Amino acid sequence: MWGKPAVMRTQMHNLQELRRSASLASKVFIQRDYSEGTMCQFQMKFPPELDSRIEKQLFEETVKTLNAFYKEAEKIGGSSYLEGCLACATAYFIFLCMETHYEKVLKKISKYIQEQNEKIYAPRGLLITDPVERGMRVIEISIYEDRCSSGSSSSGSSSSTSSVGGGGVASRAR
Amino acid sequence: MTPGGGPMKECGYREINTRGTSPMESPPKKKTAARRKWEAFPGRNKFFCNGRIMMAKQTGVFYLTLILILVTSGLFFAFDCPYLALNITPAIPVIGGILVFFVMGTLLRTSFSDPGVLPRATPDEAADLERQIDVANGSTSGGYRPPPRTKEVIINGQTVKLKYCFTCKIFRPPRASHCSLCDNCVERFDHHCPWVGNCVGKRNYRFFYMFILSLSFLTVFIFAFVITHVILRSQQSGFLNALKDSPASVLEAVVCFFSVWSIVGLSGFHTYLISSNQTTNEDIKGSWSSKRGKENYNPYSHGNIFTNCCAALCGPINPSLIDRRGFFQTDVTLSVAPSNGMTMYGSTQSQSNMCDQDQCIQSTKFVLQAAATPLLQTETIITSDEPPLPGKTTVNAQCASLALGQPTPPSSMPNLNSETALTDMIPLKEDLRNHQFLTPDEAPSPPGMLPASSPVTHSHTMHVLNLVSQDSLHEDSVRGLVKLSSV
Repeated sequence: MWGKPAVMRTQMHNLQELRRSASLASKVFIQRDYSEGTMCQFQMKFPPELDSRIEKQLFEETVKTLNAFYKEAEKIGGSSYLEGCLACATAYFIFLCMETHYEKVLKKISKYIQEQNEKIYAPRGLLITDPVERGMRVIEISIYEDRCSSGSSSSGSSSSTSSVGGGGVASRAR
Repeated sequence: MTPGGGPMKECGYREINTRGTSPMESPPKKKTAARRKWEAFPGRNKFFCNGRIMMAKQTGVFYLTLILILVTSGLFFAFDCPYLALNITPAIPVIGGILVFFVMGTLLRTSFSDPGVLPRATPDEAADLERQIDVANGSTSGGYRPPPRTKEVIINGQTVKLKYCFTCKIFRPPRASHCSLCDNCVERFDHHCPWVGNCVGKRNYRFFYMFILSLSFLTVFIFAFVITHVILRSQQSGFLNALKDSPASVLEAVVCFFSVWSIVGLSGFHTYLISSNQTTNEDIKGSWSSKRGKENYNPYSHGNIFTNCCAALCGPINPSLIDRRGFFQTDVTLSVAPSNGMTMYGSTQSQSNMCDQDQCIQSTKFVLQAAATPLLQTETIITSDEPPLPGKTTVNAQCASLALGQPTPPSSMPNLNSETALTDMIPLKEDLRNHQFLTPDEAPSPPGMLPASSPVTHSHTMHVLNLVSQDSLHEDSVRGLVKLSSV
C-alpha cells in the first residue's frame, strides 16, 4: 500500500485495511452482465446476502452509477474516434505521455467507490472493492462482522486464505 | 536511505508517527526491497524494464522479424534511395522513412504491451465460483465424472457458452481464451503471434492490425522501387551491369517477393475480420457460421462494416488489468505467513491517513501501551537492540512465550510468532545485503517494514508495538472505527 504508484488505489486500500481490523465475515461477488455485449456492465440483481445490511435502492443506485461510468468509458463516439486517430497518426507513441479517456474515467470510478464506501457502505460494515483490481470481472463486496471477540481470529484466517493464494502464485513463478 | 544507527527504538516510533501524515514519502525508501507484481506474475511471460515491457517467453522469432525489417529497409535506404532520390524524386526516402517509423512503432507497441491478460481469480472469488458451480450441479452430481463447467449467457440474443478456466479459476468472459503458450487468459483473444512475440488480444489488436497493414505497404513500396531502380539502371547500362552495380537490390527484391504475399494476404484477412468484428480464433472455430441448420450470427457485430472498423481501430483502449508495475500490498506480502499484527499495523496506518486527529490518538496509544507493556516485551526489545546476538534460540523462545502471554486469540498468534522469529534469525545468519534477497523468499515481513539497510531491531520494535496495539484495536467495533474514519 505504500508503494502503490496510483494514488487512487492507495486510498482504496487504506479503507480496506481499515475494514480488516474488523472481522471479515464473507464476500459477495456481483458478476458481469454480458447481455449487451462485452462492454463492462454489472448485474443489477440484489444479492440476498446483503438483505439485512443495505437497502435495495442504495445498492442498485451504486451499481447503476458504476455501469453508467463504464458505459461512458467504453462509449464509441466522436471523442474516442478522435483519440484513436490521433494516436494512430503518431504511431501510438502518444500513449507514452497521454492518459486515455478510459483511464480518466477509471480514476473517477475509484473516487466514486471510495466516496460510496465512506458514506454508505462502511457504516453498514460493507466495503466495495474497485472492479479494476479484480480484473473487471466482479464487484467484490466484503461483509464485515460487528463482533470483536471472534473478530481477530476470523480475520486472521481470512487473511491467511487470501494469502495462501498469493504465496502460491509467488512460488509458482519462481 | 540509511537511518541513523543509534536510537533504534525512537526510529521505530517515529516511523509510526510520521508515516500516516506523509504516506507518499515511503515508496522511494523501499524501492530496493519492494517487489513489484510482475516479478510474481503467474503466466509464462517475460518482463523487461521493470515490468514496463511484457512479452511471451519465446521471443526468437520476434528478433527474426526485427532483423528482417531493419536489414531490408536499411539496405533499401543505403543502396537504392540515393539513386532514386536523384533520378526520380527525394520524396521516396521520406515516405519510406515514415513507413519504417510507423512499422517499427506499431510492431514494438504490439510486442511490448499487455494483450489484455485477465488476472487470475483471488482465492475468495474462486471459492465463491466453486460454491456456485456446486449449487448449479447439485442435482446432477453423483455421476462418474464431474459435469462440464460451463455457463450460458445470452449476448444480444445469441446464447454463448462460457467455459471455466481451471488455471485462472474463472469463467472466461465471452471472446476470451486461454493462451497455452503464455498460460494466461486473454480478453478478445485473437491468436498467439510468434512473429511479434506476444499474444494478440483486446488491448493490442489495433496495433497489430496497423503493423501488418503498414508492413504490407512498406513491403510493396520497397519491392516496387527496387524493381524501378533495377529497371532504370538496366536501361542505362544493361540488366547484368545493373545487378552488378547494386547487388543489395537483388537481396531486397527476393525478401520482399517472398514476404509480400503472406503479409498482404494476412492484412486482407484481418481487414475482413475487423469489418465483421470477429477474431481469428472465432473465425477458425467457425463460432458464428451457420451450422446444422441453426441460425448463428455474430452477437458482437455493430451492424455495419464501417462502424465495426471504427470500433476496432478507433474505439476506446481498455486499461491493462494486471497492475504489473504495482507493488505488492502489505496484505499480499503478508499472505506468505499471515500475521494479524502486521495487518493491524496497516490498518492503523490507514486510519491515521484518513484523519490526523485519529492518528495522533492512535500513535499516543501505541507509545503509552508500549511503555506500559509487561517486562517480557521490553526485554525482547532490549535483546533485539543488540544486533550481533549470539543465541538466537533465546530470542525465539522469548517470542514464543511472548506470544503465549498475549491475550489475543490464538489462531493468529503462532504466525506472528514465527514471523518475528524469522526476522530475528535472518540478519544473524546473513549479511544485510543477503537479507534483502532473503526477505521476499523466506521472511514474510513486508519489505516496507525493513527500509533498505535499517537493522532488524527497527522492525522488531514495530512487531512488539503491533502486538500491543492489537488488543486495543480489537476493542473497537466496526461502527466505532467507521465513526472515527468518517470524522
